[in-house]
Amino acid sequence: MIEFESVTKRYPDGTVAVEDLSLKVGTGKITVFVGPSGCGKTTALRMINRMIEPTSGRVLIDGDDVTGRPEAELRREIGYVIQGAGLFPHRTVLDNVATVPILQGVTRRDARTSALGLLERVGLPANLGERYPSQLSGGQQQRVGVARALAADPPVLLMDEPFSAVDPVVRDDLQQELLRLQSELGKTIVLVTHDIDEAIRLGDEVAVFAQGARLAQFAPPADLLAAPADDFVASLVGRDRGFRGLGFADGSEITLRSIDHGVDGLALEVDPDGRPLGWRGADGLLPTEGTFRDGANLRTVTDLVILSPAGAAVRVDAEGRADGLVLLEDLAGSVRSQQRERLAALAMAEEAR
Amino acid sequence: MSEVWSYLVTNGDDVLTALVQHIWLALLPVAIAFVLALPLGALVHRYGPVRHVALTAGSVIYTVPSLALLLLLPGLLGTSVLDPINVVIALTLYSLALLVRTTADGLDAVDPTVLQAASAMGYRPVRRWFTVQLPLAMPVILTGLRVATVANVSMVSVAALIGIGGLGQLFTRGFQLGFYLPPIVIGLVLSVALAVVADLLIVAVQRRLTPWARAGAR
Repeated sequence: MIEFESVTKRYPDGTVAVEDLSLKVGTGKITVFVGPSGCGKTTALRMINRMIEPTSGRVLIDGDDVTGRPEAELRREIGYVIQGAGLFPHRTVLDNVATVPILQGVTRRDARTSALGLLERVGLPANLGERYPSQLSGGQQQRVGVARALAADPPVLLMDEPFSAVDPVVRDDLQQELLRLQSELGKTIVLVTHDIDEAIRLGDEVAVFAQGARLAQFAPPADLLAAPADDFVASLVGRDRGFRGLGFADGSEITLRSIDHGVDGLALEVDPDGRPLGWRGADGLLPTEGTFRDGANLRTVTDLVILSPAGAAVRVDAEGRADGLVLLEDLAGSVRSQQRERLAALAMAEEAR
Repeated sequence: MSEVWSYLVTNGDDVLTALVQHIWLALLPVAIAFVLALPLGALVHRYGPVRHVALTAGSVIYTVPSLALLLLLPGLLGTSVLDPINVVIALTLYSLALLVRTTADGLDAVDPTVLQAASAMGYRPVRRWFTVQLPLAMPVILTGLRVATVANVSMVSVAALIGIGGLGQLFTRGFQLGFYLPPIVIGLVLSVALAVVADLLIVAVQRRLTPWARAGAR
């Protein structure tokens, strides 16, 4: 666990980058620091590996004050991914990845061998190993950056705007990759971003920093969407927080109808194996626009219902056979009760305080 | 042409001695200046106020005519006018003036985020300087070294005017013999050839040391 204990960073010119910050970053979780530029989120991140020293307060990793350890030694045990990857241009991809193990005394040969395995782990072909960073695309460089940070198998990973410098499609890939990696590795990750959507997608917990280095809210993303602490968080989270919040709601509680249930003159047509083909009506066969499986969230189901020409989402089983329909009216009922439960939970929490 | 050849046959030993001396007088100062320029360039890169002083001093040195400097140095150092050390010191000063600037420029050109990443990986300052910062500054530093080397090869010739060896002696001899061309041609060709060979050598070293700098140009 990483703990900030009333940490303040004040520069000699009087600028306060972080003021009286206290929060706990859970072990094995992704904690995202999000906020506008100049809100102190990066400063807070850099105090964890002593790139910046606090003016007052303490940063603890597993109970030990980070200032109690020599900087270089501490940093070798904390992975660091920087915006734009920050790779060493004069070293090949493999040598870049091997950096920290070599600093820790592993032979170059061994370090390069394990680096090869790490390339695979982050989804890069081994033949990129002997290239120089300038010969890679931005997305590939960023993956190398992640591999380099993971090379010494550090328990803690710090990521400073890791995906800001790549285009949206690549960013989406990298985010998915990070979630996949994290499900295998279970590192304690602190990630800084100015992109609230990235924060909501990646974070187990999200710390929203406001201007003036104030911690506006620290909560799981679902709570952020359901109950923004103030106007600042609400505006950061954005207008369609209701719809996005459905992404954290279980879709399996909605009433399921039989697939023979006709909707508005349309009937679901399936192939001999039971896989959905489309909606048959007077105008011929219309597409289903996708299907969902058990365990899908409410946002996915809602999206399918909206897209469907019949106003009904088709559920399929593991073999892809249609086994139920969600109708617009059933969905509406479910969303309504979902929001009532949310408000009730909020009221309970308020009372408990 | 035949006159050049017969001059070479008769005075081969003199020409060879002059060439060897030229090589020493031109390259030793560059080597000394290169070694001195690393710490000085690092200082200039690091401390803003030093930059202004050092670069101004460098420009001033460069504006002093080489002949004047060669005549001044014995008075300042108490050396004999004919001592080759004067040439070495004068050319070291010129090379230094150039190389401190290019070394600082090279260090300035290193991407600060790369250095920050190195620190975040757990590099201590000294190791970071030698294994990250300096190698990354090398392309610019070596370009400066090429200019300094070629400039020195041509400047050493001036030393002959005050009676110190090198290929310049072949020019002065040609003039003394009433603009007799063979020694002048030989001196010119060798001096140009020397500059070209030295330049090619540095380019070869550069390609060997910084393969990554070319890899980027896709």
